[in-house]
Amino acid sequence: DGAGRGAGGASSAPGQSRLGAALAPWIPVVGLEIHAQISSNSKLFSGSQVQFAAPPNSLVSFFDASLPGTLPVLNRRCVEAAVMTGLALNCSINKKSLFDRKHYFYADLPAGYQITQQRVPIAVNGSLSYSLCIDNKMSQMVTKTVRIKQIQLEQDSGKSLHDDTRSQTLVDLNRAGVGLMEVVMEPDMCCGEEAAAAVRELQLILQTLGSSQAVMAEGQLRVDANVSVHHPGEPYGVRTEVKNINSIRFLAKAVDYEIQRQIEELENGGTILNETRAFDSKLGCTVPMRDKEGKQDYRFMPEPNLPPLILYDAKSLPANMNHQQVINIDWIHERLPDLPSVKREKLVEQYGILPEHSFTLLNEDGLAEFFESVVKQTQMKPKKVIGWILNDLLSYLKQHSLTVKESPVSSSLLADLLNLLEKKEISSTAAKRVLAELWKGEGKTPLEIVKEQKLELLQDQKELEQICQAVIDGQENEVMAIKTGNRKVLNKLIGLVQRKTQGRSNPVLVKQLLEKKLSE
Amino acid sequence: MLRASLRQVSAALKEGRVTPTELCQRCLALIKSTKFLNAYITVAEETALKQAEESEERYKRGQPLGILDGIPIAVKDNFNTAGIETTCASNMLKGYISPYNATVVQKLLDQGAVLLGKTNLDEFAMGSGSTDGVFGPVRNPWSYSKQYKEKSVPKSHSEDEESNWVITGGSSGGSAAAVSSFTCFAALGSDTGGSTRNPAAHCGVVGLKPTYGLISRHGLIPLVNSMDVPGILTRCVDDAAVLLGSLAGHDPKDSTTIQDDFKPFELPNLTDVSKLSIGIPKEYHVPGLSSEILALWSKAAELFKNAGAKVVEVSLPHTRYSIVCYHVLCTAEVASNMARFDGLEYGHRSDMKDSTESMYAATRREGFNDVVRGRILSGNYFLLKQNYEKYFVKAQKVRRLIANDFVKVFRSGVDILLTPTTLSDAAPYTQFIQEDNRTRSAQDDILTQAANMAGLPAINVPTALSERGLPVGLQFIGRSFQEKQLLTVAKWFEKQVQFPVIQLEEVKRHDSGVFQHQKSASFS
Repeated sequence: DGAGRGAGGASSAPGQSRLGAALAPWIPVVGLEIHAQISSNSKLFSGSQVQFAAPPNSLVSFFDASLPGTLPVLNRRCVEAAVMTGLALNCSINKKSLFDRKHYFYADLPAGYQITQQRVPIAVNGSLSYSLCIDNKMSQMVTKTVRIKQIQLEQDSGKSLHDDTRSQTLVDLNRAGVGLMEVVMEPDMCCGEEAAAAVRELQLILQTLGSSQAVMAEGQLRVDANVSVHHPGEPYGVRTEVKNINSIRFLAKAVDYEIQRQIEELENGGTILNETRAFDSKLGCTVPMRDKEGKQDYRFMPEPNLPPLILYDAKSLPANMNHQQVINIDWIHERLPDLPSVKREKLVEQYGILPEHSFTLLNEDGLAEFFESVVKQTQMKPKKVIGWILNDLLSYLKQHSLTVKESPVSSSLLADLLNLLEKKEISSTAAKRVLAELWKGEGKTPLEIVKEQKLELLQDQKELEQICQAVIDGQENEVMAIKTGNRKVLNKLIGLVQRKTQGRSNPVLVKQLLEKKLSE
Repeated sequence: MLRASLRQVSAALKEGRVTPTELCQRCLALIKSTKFLNAYITVAEETALKQAEESEERYKRGQPLGILDGIPIAVKDNFNTAGIETTCASNMLKGYISPYNATVVQKLLDQGAVLLGKTNLDEFAMGSGSTDGVFGPVRNPWSYSKQYKEKSVPKSHSEDEESNWVITGGSSGGSAAAVSSFTCFAALGSDTGGSTRNPAAHCGVVGLKPTYGLISRHGLIPLVNSMDVPGILTRCVDDAAVLLGSLAGHDPKDSTTIQDDFKPFELPNLTDVSKLSIGIPKEYHVPGLSSEILALWSKAAELFKNAGAKVVEVSLPHTRYSIVCYHVLCTAEVASNMARFDGLEYGHRSDMKDSTESMYAATRREGFNDVVRGRILSGNYFLLKQNYEKYFVKAQKVRRLIANDFVKVFRSGVDILLTPTTLSDAAPYTQFIQEDNRTRSAQDDILTQAANMAGLPAINVPTALSERGLPVGLQFIGRSFQEKQLLTVAKWFEKQVQFPVIQLEEVKRHDSGVFQHQKSASFS
């Protein structure tokens, strides 16, 4: 029934503002289940390599294909990644966790069960703080917290490709058995924007830790959203689960669409079914998924081939134990890198930039490092550097779909340029022209470009005075306006001087000269 | 020569009294002439001869790999063997050739053993008779022994003789029959509820179930992962110790194996048992225990007492819940373990093409026998969300109680428990199949499976012949990882009872007729 609905209106409006307008207020509730593929050379329980987009079925061990008699052997790296992630999300790490089998028949699940942690997961009871801006204004940011229920280790499944014309299913087991961390977030969010901000923050944390590459487009981060709505004071409504969300932007859209759909459904006297829905990114709406076989009973059972996963801390670490065989939580804790929130605080504190700028710096992979590198190599104040980074560098990169690493202008080139500006050897207008030249990536230094194009500031005061005089002489009306008190018009005269000098004049000096001449 | 113990034949090989190839050929010939026993599913003649040849080269160079070099062995057909079919006696895996060797198989090959073939069993090791496999039942070699024929009262015709043959017990019946009929010097079985000890008792051979975690299960196609152990079937206790020494130890491919190093040992000749405390668990005096075995059990206890050992009655109060509890845990794991057989990656695949689900259903219906399907069904029932606490969790708790019973008894100072292995001697096939597999398994495992629940080492030692001239064995159960003590006591006992050697002189004359009958019987 969802498919026929007009997609535009419902999906474009952010949940809250529309909801506020409804007669009886609705409270949307959003919880997330996030599967993050662990960044690891080999799979969770086998020695097969993990690699994206390898030829089909080229990374499959006997265990991954569930050949009879094979047994799982837990990959230490995956456990460490989960512990790191748990610690970064303020979880308590369970010193003893257990593995379970979750049974269902599916072509890309060769064993007929998935090994997961249903009863006692590796980490529980954490929290994630994330920030978002109110009404899309970068200057009004609020920080919110979502509780993390648990993080569990589990196996990824393979992939099925359905060939409808030949009524065949093709199975690729490369992904089968890759380690996943399932992060379960409590339903503490209330709109798509919050969900998106929380996932973005989680993504940054995972990437900072290196526990997952967390690239949504490559399926390393997969988000399922549980959505329901209810009236204040009433129990939570029936929830739906929205799957197939493969970008953060679509997550916000899918959640908001689903909230709106449920409200409309209920207000029209309908009911919400406890069902699984898929987000159709082309139509911008959610549609019911054909359930595999209705309500499944997964017949959970302890995995008998894996002993309980025991972790140690400094206190409980047995003295005579081989260090290769134990995982020390405290050891991992001490070595956690700075998390994004800490990095942002440090940036704000150290460089005096605005908090919202620190968010932008961290949102682009490598941008903060680029910024810091430029700051180190230039006399320009960080507060001024940030403008060049965010307004010039970033917008250029975005326009050309480049990552920071792919930037044709290195941090030292940009620093050279900013130094010329800072030393007043060129004007900022000229600096922009040099930068435009630098983007071409022809290997020229800023100084070379300045020389070539004669962009140096006019050092000859007399020449500049003459130009100023000429401008004053040609603009009688403006001069009159200034003399009668309209100082703003002075800027127009400065602009004219700049134009005549092709941006090679120092605006401060020009202003002084003009003022002097006008007061004569 | 073929009747020699492992150590004896190894000495003969070293001294050049026999070559590995001769030995292998003689075993292969005997396998052929005893084919009617149906002990082997696959005879790997070609690879066996090649392995024997390689062994011979090593002996010629004076560099044998150890005591097992050149020794013909057999392996139960639920262990993966690279290049040799592994069927589990099931349509599901008929023709399945594994790309890898089970760790235990690899260890044997690495030590120069010659793999003669794969032995028969109940389908996926689910049974206690070796009668429920797709390749037909295994016949107990003792059916054709002088001892049995003299005591049983055949009605002279071959037809009647035919109906008199007795089962081997199971599920490792093929391995027990192979060792008992001298076609190999040792064999691997598996033991989940008694599957090694039970057929060992019925076939008059030694059957050792080691402590859970001592020997790798990697490559053993599982029945119940939390109870399965590779079992060892040999002619004598010393040989079992040799095999244990070559198989035990940590395997990085099996996370449930213990990390500690295992040191192979030779068994001392015990002369003084006065420091031993032998426990007689009263709960093993179960209804259905034959008076004959009861008497033998008492006699054995007397034997220890007379030799100066302390013999005490002990109680394992939760024993009576064991079989029900085992049923729940076993079927639950079976349901789970069998889920992988869906016809996609390997094994049988049905022609049914209506949908993936219908293909699964048809594949599993065609591939598994009633016993396997029945266990899958009950296992899934116990694992349903609404039943899980009531059955599975409860059974796990009972399992803990059963294990604790043993702990308490051993803590009280008892060293070894002495019990019967089976309720009676081997039943004739015609009689055995009157009852269904479930009832039979419940009866036949009753004395053996508690050791699996507790993970303890246990061994069947052939003790005497029954009134019908069939073997009867007794079981010793030891402390966890105390195999050396267990086997030492077993060896002392073995020496005292002097179990008679099977007399199979007439096999040759007999087999042609039986063989033909067998052929028509098994393919009808």
